[in-house]
Amino acid sequence: MVELSDLGTPVENTWCPGCGNFGILMTFKNALLDLGLEREEVAIVAGIGCHGKITDYVNVNALHTIHGRVLPTATGVKLANHGLTVVGFAGDGDAYNIGIGHLPHAARRNVDITYVVHDNLVYGLTTGQTSPTSKRGYVSKTSPRGSFEPGVNPLAQALASDASFVARGFAGEPHHLRELFKQAMTHKGFALVDILQPCVTWNRVNTYQFYRERVYKLVEEGHDPASFEEAYMRAREWGDRIPIGILYREERPVYRSNFPALEKGPLTRQPLEDVNLERLLGEFK
Amino acid sequence: MSAKGVNEGSVSILIGGEAGQGLSRSGSLLGKALMRGGLHVFGSIDYPSVIRGSHNFYTLTVSGGEVHSNGDSVDIVLALNKETVLLHVDEVSPGGVIVYDEGVEISSEELGREDVLLLPFPLTMIVKEIGGPDVIRNTVALGAGLGLMDIGVEVMKAVISDVFAGRERIIEMNHAAIERGYVYAREHYADALSIELKPSGGSLDRIIVTGNEAVALGAIAAGCRFYAAYPMTPASAVLHYLISTEEVTGMTVVQTESEISALNMVVGASYAGVRAMTATSGGGFCLMTEALSLAAMTESPLVLMLGQRPGPSTGLATYTSQGDLLFAVHAAHGEFPRVVVAPGDVEECFHLTVEAFNLAERHQIQSIIITDKQVIESHKSTAAFEAVAGIDRGELEIVDEWKGEGEYKRYRITESGVSPRILPGTRRATVFANSNEHNEYGYTTSDPMETVMMVDKRMRKGSSLRAEIEALSPVRVYGPEDADVTLVGWGSTKGAALEAIKTLEGDGLKARFVQVVYIEPFPVEAFKAALGNGGRLLLIEGNKTAQLGQIIELNTGVAFENVLLKYDGRPFTPGDIAAKVREVL
Repeated sequence: MVELSDLGTPVENTWCPGCGNFGILMTFKNALLDLGLEREEVAIVAGIGCHGKITDYVNVNALHTIHGRVLPTATGVKLANHGLTVVGFAGDGDAYNIGIGHLPHAARRNVDITYVVHDNLVYGLTTGQTSPTSKRGYVSKTSPRGSFEPGVNPLAQALASDASFVARGFAGEPHHLRELFKQAMTHKGFALVDILQPCVTWNRVNTYQFYRERVYKLVEEGHDPASFEEAYMRAREWGDRIPIGILYREERPVYRSNFPALEKGPLTRQPLEDVNLERLLGEFK
Repeated sequence: MSAKGVNEGSVSILIGGEAGQGLSRSGSLLGKALMRGGLHVFGSIDYPSVIRGSHNFYTLTVSGGEVHSNGDSVDIVLALNKETVLLHVDEVSPGGVIVYDEGVEISSEELGREDVLLLPFPLTMIVKEIGGPDVIRNTVALGAGLGLMDIGVEVMKAVISDVFAGRERIIEMNHAAIERGYVYAREHYADALSIELKPSGGSLDRIIVTGNEAVALGAIAAGCRFYAAYPMTPASAVLHYLISTEEVTGMTVVQTESEISALNMVVGASYAGVRAMTATSGGGFCLMTEALSLAAMTESPLVLMLGQRPGPSTGLATYTSQGDLLFAVHAAHGEFPRVVVAPGDVEECFHLTVEAFNLAERHQIQSIIITDKQVIESHKSTAAFEAVAGIDRGELEIVDEWKGEGEYKRYRITESGVSPRILPGTRRATVFANSNEHNEYGYTTSDPMETVMMVDKRMRKGSSLRAEIEALSPVRVYGPEDADVTLVGWGSTKGAALEAIKTLEGDGLKARFVQVVYIEPFPVEAFKAALGNGGRLLLIEGNKTAQLGQIIELNTGVAFENVLLKYDGRPFTPGDIAAKVREVL
């Protein structure tokens, strides 16, 4: 059995003290332990941004990719070896700006991966620019007059894209988040976990305090994750009250079932030489 | 009369009409029938980027010996509309014929030629009598063509039965159309042409394929298990073919939301440990360049086919070009070794694709197969493919459990630069591939010494790659040693160049062709050896800026005084090249 210490790496953590990412990292490791997953059974894929450093901090299989491309890359990993538990990590800039074009497609395909978005409503690693989830009026060096644009609503986007699992967590609620991770990673299909992650350096609005005063747990209010309409209503909620938990969940066939070759097991396990070229050439004779 | 095609004993047939009339299909079926009759064929389609209406034509050149390209003239025009007659009358060889629907009025002024025979045919009438859809006119015209060449209809009927197997009504109708077209031609125009096509022997185990199909078959033979692509002319047919054969090959094939997604998926699949590939054209390749750089940094082997068409931008979407060679050689940021290989015909499309996979995996690099519309959308008959190269996955160890000391190092520093690879999922190990500069374990680094070590390691792979490529016949020579002129080219120019050599030989001129097959790393030694003393040099390229010429000069100092460049979207013809040779000599 894997121990917490096995999941650590020798790399020094360079996130800012107090960063919401610490909570996400520790919670993710704990979720892996809870699920009894061995290191080699997991592959994580990360994008570019503060969140992306997570591949240096968890000792599982990892692919650190480029900005915005976590979903296609993770899809490739999963289709090539569906024996792996694949978890993608992205930031809000990564997932909802440059990479948002991939979200509806991964969602509608129902690729069996978990997509964790460290959503701090600001650009961190590039030093504090407005992000796609920054709210209207947010002041930063790139929106000195206050952001003109309403923020992207990731949960509504995911729902509109037929994602089969849509959830929101809060980095300041690790026990709740741990449960979300476990539910998402065992969900058969595409699971989005958008995490409210305070950025202590750049975002002075959406702080731990801000969220503590507002978040409430869906499970405590009798929310029915089977109801798309109710989920959509909750996804639109942002103000004095912000819901966290599983907004929506449905069971439907995963993307893998679309491919005849994958019925025989992971592609990586299939021999390369067993192709009968002669049979294929018949059509051209 | 005796019809003259690109060489003695050959004939060219052009079938033309509107887009949506199934001309490419008809032309290639005729090609297949003639191939089954022991002949060789080369067929190409010319079509604008529209689905219906507008002029399309398919040209099929048939000969007893191997055919590498279409010629400069056609002997038989099968015109499904008046436009085809008027657009192509000037290409008809003296004594050639034009078959057209008898309902169409064509005056001798409009035709403007007295040495071309107009043969009115009851195409529409026959279709009505058979009770078939209008598209069957193609088939009647094919029957007419067979009748004019005095080639029986049985093989053609058998081809139709095979291709439409299970669709009895369609088979019946097409058989009737072929038969009626043939009989009419024999009854009315038996003396219009005198053509003798004699099979020259050789293996009759032949296939007729496009370059796209050949690349796809090469990928299958190479054990490619994952293919992801976004449709883009002229490379889409690789995607079509691989999806249509998924259940036989066991490949997983994904139509992605973009080219960006396609190459990133391929990188993911490659990291996970399967042979993976994509294909696109120039615009799509632009979108892939960031992922190409990711693949280079993470050392993820993969194969990418770049099927060129004229640019910049949308350019001529359905025509041919060799304008992206320097782009392929230099694409993506950062410095890293890669392969750029340019097949010149369907045989090379197949074999070089297999080789591209092996090179990619042995050196943990990216192989770019650069082709163009002319080579990947044209049909050619050839001996049935046999995979000779075998599958070599290099330093990939597929084991259940890793037995090494300590933690596994994905980027272990080695003399060759290639680090032994294991698959994610191997017990007792984790595999970390990182787009950041990294240390041997894959962990991110910004240390200057570690950076230098890693850059050097990656670039060392380029040295061994260069040596290996020199041994792979990277430069191929055709024609006599003591030639008056040496043609130098790459990719699809091979076909026209080989036919031009035959044409020039008929005029008493000796020409040879030096085909640069591997372009990056550039095979300096092989190229120098190939140049020999073959008279004057003539560089032939389908672009405006002589891109291969630039690469050759940079690598060898050899500069070209004589260049033949074509950038009108159309392929070279043997006549283009022969005329230039006469000018140069």
